[in-house]
Parts: sequence; C-alpha cells; structure tokens
Amino acid sequence: MTDTVGIVIVSHSADIAKGTADMVRQMVGSEVEVAFCGGNSDGGLGTNVPLIIDAINSVWSSKGVAILVDLGGAETNSEMAVEMLEPERQDLVVVCNAPIVEGAVMAATEAAGGSSLAQVKAVAEELSAG
Amino acid sequence: MLETSQADEQTFAGSVRLVHAVGMHARPAVKLTKLAKKFQAQVSVRVADAPEWINAKSVAKIMAMRAAHGSTIEIKASGSDAEAAVAALVDLIATDFPDGNS
Repeated sequence: MTDTVGIVIVSHSADIAKGTADMVRQMVGSEVEVAFCGGNSDGGLGTNVPLIIDAINSVWSSKGVAILVDLGGAETNSEMAVEMLEPERQDLVVVCNAPIVEGAVMAATEAAGGSSLAQVKAVAEELSAG
Repeated sequence: MLETSQADEQTFAGSVRLVHAVGMHARPAVKLTKLAKKFQAQVSVRVADAPEWINAKSVAKIMAMRAAHGSTIEIKASGSDAEAAVAALVDLIATDFPDGNS
C-alpha cells in the first residue's frame, strides 16, 4: 500500500496556509497529499468551514487526514468541519495540537513513511508535549 | 569515512562527518528521518561522544539535535537490515543530503 495520511493546513491567512503547504512539499516531497485553506470569502483574515471540508476531501485517504491549525477559530471551525463529515469518516480526521508550520512538516514526514493517523498526530504533537 | 563496524551479531555502527554548510537544520533532518524510517532496524544517531543517542526516526528529535557543520555523526542500528540502514545514512550525510528519491 502506498496510501499515506493526508495533511490539511488551516490558517486565518491564505498566505500563511499556502506558505506552510509550500514548505511541506519542498521539505518532505510529493508522496504526501497536502491541502490548505485560509482567509474568508472576502479575501480577509478568517477560516471557513466549507473550505475546510473541501480541503479534507481533496486529500482524502483511507488512512485518514491530519489537520494543522493556527489560532482559535481555525481550530473550532476545523472541528466543526469534521463534525459535518459523514459519521463513518469522522474518526478518520484529527485536529493536531501543534504549531502549524512545525507540526505540518513533522506530520508529513511521519505520514510519508506510511504511518497510521495516530502516529502522525503523536509526532506532530511531540513539540507541544514538553 | 564509510567505516562500518559490526559490534555484535545484529548491531552495526558507523560514523560520518557532517559536511552540510549549516549543520543539521530542518531539511536535512527531514531527509534523514524519512530514510531511517525505510528500515525495520532500530536506528540511533548522535553527535560524536554526546551523552545520549537519538532515535533517527523521530523528526522532532533529529531537528533538535543541532549538529554543527564539521561535527561527526555516529550512527548505530540493530535489527535485520541494520547494516544497510547504517550504510544508507552514512551515504546520505556524506553526500550532503542530495535531492532526489529520498
């Protein structure tokens, strides 16, 4: 199986979301699917539940999807997006408690080796485990 | 530089000088971790003579090891493919973390 956990990056800023995804792709490579979303529909700062759901769907994997978020609303909107998925898919999506850039790079590094969703989440959260 | 020594039946060790200009920063750390994870063997690294060995499959710990340019990295591995793991990591570091199918 070449299937790997997908990564979704959710920031209030479209630029941060895209930049973080760029770092993941350049540092880790292309074997892991990475999607990002950021900003509201007016081009301002914010996060948007439908866009997060689209991002989750775009990197969907049978191994699951790990979401990396920045501040407050990114986390609550990501949790809301997960709750709006079909019940059988909800357990396959996790929001990681990790710094967005470092967490995304580490999660993707772990995912590239074919690790499980739980392993990917644990590695991303290693930094905040202190 | 590519010396590997067989410490016992299934444990292999090697050491290699870190030639990367800025030491073990994020990008090399990701490459080293990804390569180490391809092997079944348990793989550890450390800056020569450091008190603790670091799990080479932990990207967080490898990034945090802060190995400087010119330092010597020691590698040890145990398990069925330990010899290949040590050789691969020595090669990755000796060739300065080339881009490619890592």
